[in-house]
Amino acid sequence: MMTAAIELRGVSKRFLTPSGTVYTALRDLDMTIQPGEFCAVVGPTGRGKSTTLGLISGLEPSSEGTVEVYGKRVNGIADGIGYVFQSDAVFPWKTVLDNVAAGPRYRGVAQREARDRARDWITRVGLAGFEDRYPYQLSGGMRKRVALAQSLINSPRILLMDEPFSALDVQTRSLMENELLTLWSASSASVVFVTHDLEEAISLSDRVFVITAGPGTVKSNYPVDLPRPRNVAEIRLQPHFLEIYEEIWKDLRDEVLVSYERQKRGAA
Amino acid sequence: MSVRSAARLSVQNFDAQAAIQVPATVLRVGGARRYRLQVIGLRVMVAVVILGAWEVGARVSDCNTAGGVCIVDKFFWSQPSDIAQKLWSWFANGTDLGPIWEQVLVTMEETVGGFVVGSVLGIIFGVALGRNRLLADVLSPYIKGANAIPRVVVGALFAVSLGLDIKAKIATASVLVFFVVFFNAFQGVREVDRNLIANARILGANQRRLTTEIVIPSALSWIVASLHTSFGLALVGAVVGELFGATQGVGELIYLSKNLFDTAGVFAGMALLAAMALVAEALITALENRLIRWRPPVATETRI
Repeated sequence: MMTAAIELRGVSKRFLTPSGTVYTALRDLDMTIQPGEFCAVVGPTGRGKSTTLGLISGLEPSSEGTVEVYGKRVNGIADGIGYVFQSDAVFPWKTVLDNVAAGPRYRGVAQREARDRARDWITRVGLAGFEDRYPYQLSGGMRKRVALAQSLINSPRILLMDEPFSALDVQTRSLMENELLTLWSASSASVVFVTHDLEEAISLSDRVFVITAGPGTVKSNYPVDLPRPRNVAEIRLQPHFLEIYEEIWKDLRDEVLVSYERQKRGAA
Repeated sequence: MSVRSAARLSVQNFDAQAAIQVPATVLRVGGARRYRLQVIGLRVMVAVVILGAWEVGARVSDCNTAGGVCIVDKFFWSQPSDIAQKLWSWFANGTDLGPIWEQVLVTMEETVGGFVVGSVLGIIFGVALGRNRLLADVLSPYIKGANAIPRVVVGALFAVSLGLDIKAKIATASVLVFFVVFFNAFQGVREVDRNLIANARILGANQRRLTTEIVIPSALSWIVASLHTSFGLALVGAVVGELFGATQGVGELIYLSKNLFDTAGVFAGMALLAAMALVAEALITALENRLIRWRPPVATETRI
């Protein structure tokens, strides 16, 4: 059998809250993602989903269980990882060009070569002509493009995305989703795409993981056998899309309700 | 905390507030120009009223005869025309200590020296302690304690230990500057966006790169804000240093004038110091705009 790209076995993650209590974000989580697979992780709002990405990237150690990337146990930041954050994480004091060139520069590539490669990627994400702008001079969608180019320039084997498009307006969002699919299909990366939007999850991915309301664990996973290449705006209208949606939604709905009840009680 | 907030509030927010409080009508095209002229006109008026009242008050006063009307005693408070005359004579004929430019230059050297030494040390220590939790926890009671001392008194110490030349003044000024810059740099480092750090680490940055490319640029807006306040403090340090013992400098000039009961000389020295501070302030603002080009322009700059 082929080595899985990402393998989480029996993973738990606990945090110490500022008030001194222990918060369990993940409990006994198992997840396997194959090389080149595009996976979406959906679930109610909470820290479970983002925490999973933190564990895979090596930014945070797990409390229990093992996390492996291509058969190697994660210990610190793993090689070949790209991470697109939910909020803006491009460097505000660097121009678009230097933001995209940052990865190669940090990995020891000479300035000139790094910039040449960055220019190429800036063109690929459709930002040619904006090389010398600072992030504050760009729109939210353009900053996401910078973040994408910044990650993809390192040719990651694994791309982690934490609700990357949640702050964008609907039109920009489906545009970005289509571009992400195009960029991904040209690479061989596995993608873990965290979102709370089931439609987005299905239209992008090969497999959808449903995470339970915290403590998070995988409730179920569904293959998405829709044909590729896809247009995210159109695929949502296919009958088979709706069938898959209905099936997953039944599962997800319970979790959302549990989470909602809990929030109401917390607020009361 | 209080020091850094003071540093931010005093300079940055002052400008920002000025921008916010511009009446809406000003934003009409053409209105902005008129508004600017109006500001300049009112500024001149404030100076004319204050200096005029002072001058007239001093001239009509009769403080030497019993029963005379004494509003402003020019023996104690001088008068603007005397101060202007004093300044003129300093520039034209030199001072008791030598040419006036030399005095200004000496004080400027001491101030800039103290400013640079204090800022550099403040940034180094602030970044080091901000990045290293153990170091911060070990040293913080000492730094807070040292900060609580009225620090100008170290001027007396340095006058004894370092002598009457420029070293003692630079040392005094740098002590005053150090703490302001230190607390700002420290806080700036502590407030670096966690996402930016995480992103840089994922992209492959090592600790050194994290410090130079993420932490320092991010803390820079805090640090530069503190430089506005700390230049004024450097000037205080240099002048206090001169008061504790010097042979040259604007502070020494003020001290000499005081001994001669020459209040016009004291005021003239103060005017020189104010002019120096304003020039430095303009230079620091220019530096700020150069260093922090990536920041969205504030409202004052987008005004038509």
